[in-house]
Amino acid sequence: MRNFFDTLVSRQDMIQDAFLEHIYLSFVAVAIGIAIALPTGIIIARYRRYAEPVIGVTAIFQTIPSLALFGFLVPILGIGSPTALIALIIYALLPILRNTYTGITGVDGSTIEAGRGMGMTRTQILRQIELPLALPFIMAGIRTATVLTVGIATLATFVGAGGLGDIIYRGLQSYNNSLVLAGALPVALLAIGFDLILKWIEKRATPKGLKN
Amino acid sequence: MIRFEQVTKKFPDGTEALKDVSVVFPTHKLTVVIGPSGCGKTTLMRMVNKLETPTAGDIFIDEESITGLEEVKLRRSIGYVIQRIGLFPHMTIEDNVSLVPRLLEWDKEKTAARVEELLKLVGLEPEVYKERYPLELSGGQQQRVGVVRALAGNPNIILMDEPFSALDPISREQLQDDLRNLQQEIQKTIVFVTHDMDEALKIADMVVVMRDGKIEQTGSPQELINEPANDFVRSFIGLDRINRQRTFGERKLKEFLSVFGMEPIGDALQVSLETTIDEAFSKLESSGYANLQIVDDGRVLAYASDRDLVKAALRKEEVENV
Repeated sequence: MRNFFDTLVSRQDMIQDAFLEHIYLSFVAVAIGIAIALPTGIIIARYRRYAEPVIGVTAIFQTIPSLALFGFLVPILGIGSPTALIALIIYALLPILRNTYTGITGVDGSTIEAGRGMGMTRTQILRQIELPLALPFIMAGIRTATVLTVGIATLATFVGAGGLGDIIYRGLQSYNNSLVLAGALPVALLAIGFDLILKWIEKRATPKGLKN
Repeated sequence: MIRFEQVTKKFPDGTEALKDVSVVFPTHKLTVVIGPSGCGKTTLMRMVNKLETPTAGDIFIDEESITGLEEVKLRRSIGYVIQRIGLFPHMTIEDNVSLVPRLLEWDKEKTAARVEELLKLVGLEPEVYKERYPLELSGGQQQRVGVVRALAGNPNIILMDEPFSALDPISREQLQDDLRNLQQEIQKTIVFVTHDMDEALKIADMVVVMRDGKIEQTGSPQELINEPANDFVRSFIGLDRINRQRTFGERKLKEFLSVFGMEPIGDALQVSLETTIDEAFSKLESSGYANLQIVDDGRVLAYASDRDLVKAALRKEEVENV
């Protein structure tokens, strides 16, 4: 245990850099993931016949083992953070996409029918009815994607993109368990921390009238 | 006035929901469209605000064809109350009621005043209910909000699609009474779809009976009860209701043939099958005859003495061969 604290102190700078890199990678990946998956989810919820194939493709991506995906991308994109980001984005897509789709399609048909009958346009129905009612689902998807990404981002080290994976990898190579722990523990804390924060946001995002 | 002119609706799967229907919904009247499920009544109603479009024929509102009208604009000018309430659960009562005024871009004060006025109209204290959410209200209160929400934009026409069907019997009766009273006050042209004949007879100014995409009969509740156009209408209204709503004297001799005998009895006055009991009595009295000979198309069907008529009166509850 003492060993561990010694390592923390002596490698403080390195750990700190890796920690920030890790946050950067995860955050950017999720942000871009949302930017892609949220609109796609809205579109496939409107044009439902495209839903199956689109969700299917992202599901196939999800089944590629993460280490292998990083490996596939290196010959195409070379080494560095763009490669890591693209791999992470690919993993973030499915939870957000699927939850957006399920959230919107799960809104009670009679509610939408009421909006239509009262003269709301499709955009008004989307913004004032479908999205607010689907928001808890969408937030849950983002939460899942974030926790997933924080975990997988440890593999970014293999394409030279840094992050806490660097620390773990170094520790493994030098048989230094304290160093492995010094990398793994912050990853776990980060995942738990994001999970809690997003859970709180998810609760706040639930429309008031639906909380009972 | 809403006028359907030879409207036919075929759905892509081949079912014909409406077959060459022509009907008029008079202004300021509450017209109930009734029929068994799948008869096309909801489709008929949904055509008024273009939620469905006709395959053939046309619909006119105040003699203007709605075909050329913009959907969204048309719908904002027509109130719409749907089955199972359809309030937006994430919006407060105020936001729900003010939806159409906001779509119509009324100014804030006018909208707020309208919401207060409407909630008071159905006995919901604005200060108490404005900020609440639909799920915090009882079913009856929610549907009251549903009804005033449809009134918010001050439409001339209101469409109601089985609005009370999901309520418990007590709330339903209460809301029917309220709707009747409200209509006295607001005088809108209301199209009300239901499958509940008691509801129809209770609230309607005019009833449209439908079956298989066609109209079987239109008329006031009283006309329907007194003169059902055919066996379907008669059985759909139900004998119980017909008998309950009519006094014995208004019923016709043909309903009592089983009580009367076939053997000739003395001198008899010839009367038709369609003669009512009241008429029969007064004819007997004025002519001096003691017996009736009931004929249809020149064929003698039965004889009845004045005593037989009394017997019929005593046994009226049992007689069911209408």
